[in-house]
Amino acid sequence: MHKLLPLPFFHVWAYLQTQPLLGLTATVCTWELASLLDARAGHKAVTNPTVLSIIFLAAALLITRTPYSAYFTGAQYVHFLLGPATVALAIPMYANLSAIKRHFAAIIISLGAGSIAAASSAMLIAKALGAPAQVVVSLGPKSVTTPIAMGIAQNLGGQPPLTAVFVMLTGMFGTIVCTGVLRLARVSDWRAQGLAAGTAAHGLATAHMLRLNQTAGAFGGLAIGLNGIVTSLILPLLVRLFGI
Amino acid sequence: MVRAIMILLLCQLAGTVVQEGAGLPIPGPVMGLVLLLGILAWRGGPDDELRDTANGFLKYLGLLFVPAGVGVVTELHELRANALAILIAIPVSTILAIAVTGILMQRLSRGNADA
Repeated sequence: MHKLLPLPFFHVWAYLQTQPLLGLTATVCTWELASLLDARAGHKAVTNPTVLSIIFLAAALLITRTPYSAYFTGAQYVHFLLGPATVALAIPMYANLSAIKRHFAAIIISLGAGSIAAASSAMLIAKALGAPAQVVVSLGPKSVTTPIAMGIAQNLGGQPPLTAVFVMLTGMFGTIVCTGVLRLARVSDWRAQGLAAGTAAHGLATAHMLRLNQTAGAFGGLAIGLNGIVTSLILPLLVRLFGI
Repeated sequence: MVRAIMILLLCQLAGTVVQEGAGLPIPGPVMGLVLLLGILAWRGGPDDELRDTANGFLKYLGLLFVPAGVGVVTELHELRANALAILIAIPVSTILAIAVTGILMQRLSRGNADA
């Protein structure tokens, strides 16, 4: 990229790389473009704006050889809002509080089973295909929301940055397939759909569910927190059980 | 709107203080979520301002995951080295978890829907 640009443009480019403006503008513009494409395509699962935006921006960074840290200088302002937005999940959850209380046993059993299924199958498949132990352990918490997942990976001798990437890939894949898988499994109940999305593919799939139905979003939000707790308790046992 | 943002930030801050202070593995924002849920249950629900602001945030929840997702570019080498294992393990385990959780939850919650 640098060699292709005439000198004055190179100066501007080098300057912008040290400033938050470009990364932030690129994130917002890419999101708008992805939303437009998603709307044009009739909100298909494969045109999810989060997934499209990540692909476009990652490609742009690789093509222009921009380091991720330069991009994140600007993108961190968007990233920061994830905290208050997580707290805001309390509002749809409160609206469904009586349903959550009523079905609490069902929630714990379904979520526990889904959590064990996710972690065991991911680790056993990777182990069978010859992935090194560090990669296998890093895959274990992939269905859990990023900050909890990284902490779990750290405790078990995995690589937290790699886990963060697995969490994102799981979220992107889960967002694309969740509606189709749930339809094939004949799961039509919004509470079950939301819980499944949040358990298997954390906040990314929950954001997708929230666009479809408020109740599904509330159960997704509940699943994000609960699966974080359940996986941090269960994963050390699974790792020992599978001899990883 | 500013008052609603203040409430969200204060809950996150309190959650983060508890998490860091007690060394809990649960992230601060998730603790903040539990705290706000407790406050809402105690106060009898959110007012219009808090509800509108929270829904405004949640409408763009998908955008907020983009910067972290782009971080995929930092681990391309490791991903390429274990491409086959990753490309099979992640899709299979994710589909399995969605199906297991969804089917069980639908069966079990229907079972005690009248209770």
